[in-house]
Amino acid sequence: MTQDVLITAEDIGKHFPLPQGVVSRLSGRPAPAVHALNGVSFQLRRGETLGVVGESGCGKSTLARCLVRLHECDEGRILFEDQDISALSGTARRAFNRRVQMIFQDPFGSLNPRMKVRSILSEALSVHKMRPAADIPARIAELLDLVRLNPDAADRYPHEFSGGQRQRIGIARALAVEPEVLVADELVSALDVSVQAQVVNLLLDLQDKLHLTVVFVAHDLRLVRHISHRVAVMYLGKVVEIGPTEDLFSAPRHPYTKALLDAAPELDPTRRSRTVAARGELPSPINLPQGCLFHTRCPHALDRCRTERPALTPRSPDHEAACHLTEFGNPETTT
Amino acid sequence: MTDLAPPSERPRRLALPRPLILGGTILLLSIAVATFPTVFAPYEPDAFDYNALLQGPSMAHPMGTDNFGRDVLSRVIHAYTIDMQIAIFATIFPFFFGTIIGALVGYAGGIAETLFGRVVDAVITFPFLVLVIAIVSVLGPGLVNMYIAIGVVGWVFYARITAAEIKVQKRLDYADAGRAMGYTHMRIIFRHLLPNAITPAVVYWMTDMALAILLGSSLGYLGLGAQPPAAEWGVQIADGKNFMATAWWISVFPGVAIVLTGLGFSLTGDGLAELLRTKR
Amino acid sequence: MSGPKTTEPVLDVRNLTATFGDGELTAVNDVSFTVGSGEVLGLVGESGSGKSVTLRSIIRLVPASGDVSGEVRWQGQNILAMRDAELRGVRGGQISMIFQEPMSALNPVLPVFTQIEENLKAHTDLDGNGRRARARELMDMVGIPDAARRLKEFPHQFSGGMRQRVMIAIALASNPRLLLADEPTTALDVTIQDQILKLILDLRDELSMSVVLVTHDLGVVAATCDRMAVMYAGRIVETGTVSEVFAQPNHAYTRGLLGSVPHAGTERSRLLSIDGTPPPLDRIPPGCAFNPRCEFATDACRATVPPLQDLSPGRSVACFNRDSVVAAGSPV
Repeated sequence: MTQDVLITAEDIGKHFPLPQGVVSRLSGRPAPAVHALNGVSFQLRRGETLGVVGESGCGKSTLARCLVRLHECDEGRILFEDQDISALSGTARRAFNRRVQMIFQDPFGSLNPRMKVRSILSEALSVHKMRPAADIPARIAELLDLVRLNPDAADRYPHEFSGGQRQRIGIARALAVEPEVLVADELVSALDVSVQAQVVNLLLDLQDKLHLTVVFVAHDLRLVRHISHRVAVMYLGKVVEIGPTEDLFSAPRHPYTKALLDAAPELDPTRRSRTVAARGELPSPINLPQGCLFHTRCPHALDRCRTERPALTPRSPDHEAACHLTEFGNPETTT
Repeated sequence: MTDLAPPSERPRRLALPRPLILGGTILLLSIAVATFPTVFAPYEPDAFDYNALLQGPSMAHPMGTDNFGRDVLSRVIHAYTIDMQIAIFATIFPFFFGTIIGALVGYAGGIAETLFGRVVDAVITFPFLVLVIAIVSVLGPGLVNMYIAIGVVGWVFYARITAAEIKVQKRLDYADAGRAMGYTHMRIIFRHLLPNAITPAVVYWMTDMALAILLGSSLGYLGLGAQPPAAEWGVQIADGKNFMATAWWISVFPGVAIVLTGLGFSLTGDGLAELLRTKR
Repeated sequence: MSGPKTTEPVLDVRNLTATFGDGELTAVNDVSFTVGSGEVLGLVGESGSGKSVTLRSIIRLVPASGDVSGEVRWQGQNILAMRDAELRGVRGGQISMIFQEPMSALNPVLPVFTQIEENLKAHTDLDGNGRRARARELMDMVGIPDAARRLKEFPHQFSGGMRQRVMIAIALASNPRLLLADEPTTALDVTIQDQILKLILDLRDELSMSVVLVTHDLGVVAATCDRMAVMYAGRIVETGTVSEVFAQPNHAYTRGLLGSVPHAGTERSRLLSIDGTPPPLDRIPPGCAFNPRCEFATDACRATVPPLQDLSPGRSVACFNRDSVVAAGSPV
């Protein structure tokens, strides 16, 4: 595989300390913290869509925010074209911000309610000096057309649009600065089903047209499967499995991925199961389990899983999983 | 294929909120009177008429005369000039600096916010009036010193309101969207967050102007604000206090003017709150 | 697995209409459906389709500004015409309801036991000891471990999935014949959703209840429901068994909705999306409400509201062009 790597995450960690009283602060114990990311590593290749999937509290949104530097990592580093992004400042930082753009989940919160669409877009264009002032109106019309909104949308306020239309405005704002990477955090999860499909189609079209690299963060497995070339499955702030979409969905190599796939309701009423896919609940991200993070819910857990945390290791071409049961889900060995 | 679904077609509302119309009318009239008092006043405000001392309301003197024979109506009208000035100058600087400081503190959070919290605690420990009186006593009586005293204390309230609102706004995604765009902090604070966070401060400003008139009158009454023989409502009420039983009109009409102006500011504040409410 | 039953319906909703603001907004428009004994009926729709209002109208749980007309036949009686005292016996007794947000549906300042006990007091003759034993039994039944201790805890001490289980335990306290579930798993993660849906199915079998499940997720319908009714802009546009509807949608909206959901085999291809957005209640288009978004729409659709026509017992559709829709085939 000779695809060039755009972003490399090396063992990144992010912890949010909890507020604590004076007494416990003086006691010298380590401050309690929410461990949102616990050693996440992966590579993002130019032109691909990498799906990041997991349940709430798995750290996928924190990861998205770290990728665009809305959060700084506490451990590890993120390389963008071999440059550590936390070291970027001044012009280099601004260039990075332009090239890696984020689209947000909340269609009602992510647009400034006091700015017309025209100002929202022209601000992005002028701050990053994308166009001379005289060309800005034409470019705005072009951007609106790109996301399939009527040109008269420019002179309206965000509250005059539906959720799906607002998400398109958010996409237009991101595209205004001609980025190479789009990080989409739960892009369509707040939208009605019929509208979700419109936005997903739009994203696929745009990716083809503009050769974008996309990180698609979502909790909806069906969407992630639909849109991604490769998928990373996260659990409690760690990537437990990463691989090509088809491979990962047809032969999951981590028990958690398998549980997630079994739990997601299929659109096929003839394939029903009455067995519960995964028992138990997510452990607290404040006191992480020892050993493998999933062992508390894993039906296959061994003694080793309770003490030793497994690392991502290769399973099949381009497909890695972090599980001591190296033969788990292997289609060639029918265990 | 473009999205033909029309954005919601609610007719654009041109109608102003009713409290704003009423309050705005009162305020505009007040400002007109304050700017051109001679047009409205039948007499000079400090023209003595020893033939008409302490006369009750009549055709010649609709609000009666005081103990020097001055026309109360004319004095009330001329007092608009000083009292509207007090309302504006005692509040505009606290509003301006308070919102800016509040926006910065609310956005920065952390140590800045903790320090600011201490300042707020220190200021609100003292009753506002007592603190202002203390400062005026040090600086000496007079209008300018009164503005300074109110300004030194008053900005804290604006800053507190704005900081709280900025803290709410900065958690919304549009603030993060600005950061992800690579916008500067100053642009995010003043172009994006502040316009969404300033409404409570503006509304408070209106109330504060009403309070400033009361405060100015109180200080005038205590002899620490506008100095006699200037026509100022507080001074007038103080002048009339010895004649309350026999010539109530000397004190009551300035009092009515205070209430009316205060009402104008409050209604305007309510109306503005409705007008500026963020549509989502 | 227990399939759809063709016995006498336990619940028979006829011409249910719910309006708000003096009839200005019609949230539910002439809706009729039945629920069989032991059957799970899915009410499917997007925002503003009227699915939740329909569910709430069954036990008259709509805001005071709302006006509900029609008939809800329950054990020979019309719930909509009942006196308040009678209604109280049915609500939370024979018919229980669970909600999307268990945190706001539970009282935050009362321990869980008190909240279960409340329902037991209202609908059973058990004494104090009996109620304690029954509460423990209910907690076991809904799969909350360590029942004795957890009964003393408050709702905030439970996780989202456990709270939903508590709410189900409260709903089951009175041995209901019918469970109304309003998006019970929408706020939950997929593995927890899976647990709760399977719990509801197990309880349905064990207690032979009927269930009306309101959801926007067709996957949930496929995995849990026997029959389904698709709603759009306040009306039912299609009904049938889940397998019938998925195999051969007869209404353009149902077909579009099925095509909007990605599934195996559609990877990185364009989804069959529906243009536009669901209409808000104050701007429902004339004729068939779906016509502006419909690729099959004809002049008839713009002029008249298509009636819901029976195709076979339990299978009905409200579409003038159902032949073309059927010919276009199922997207799944």
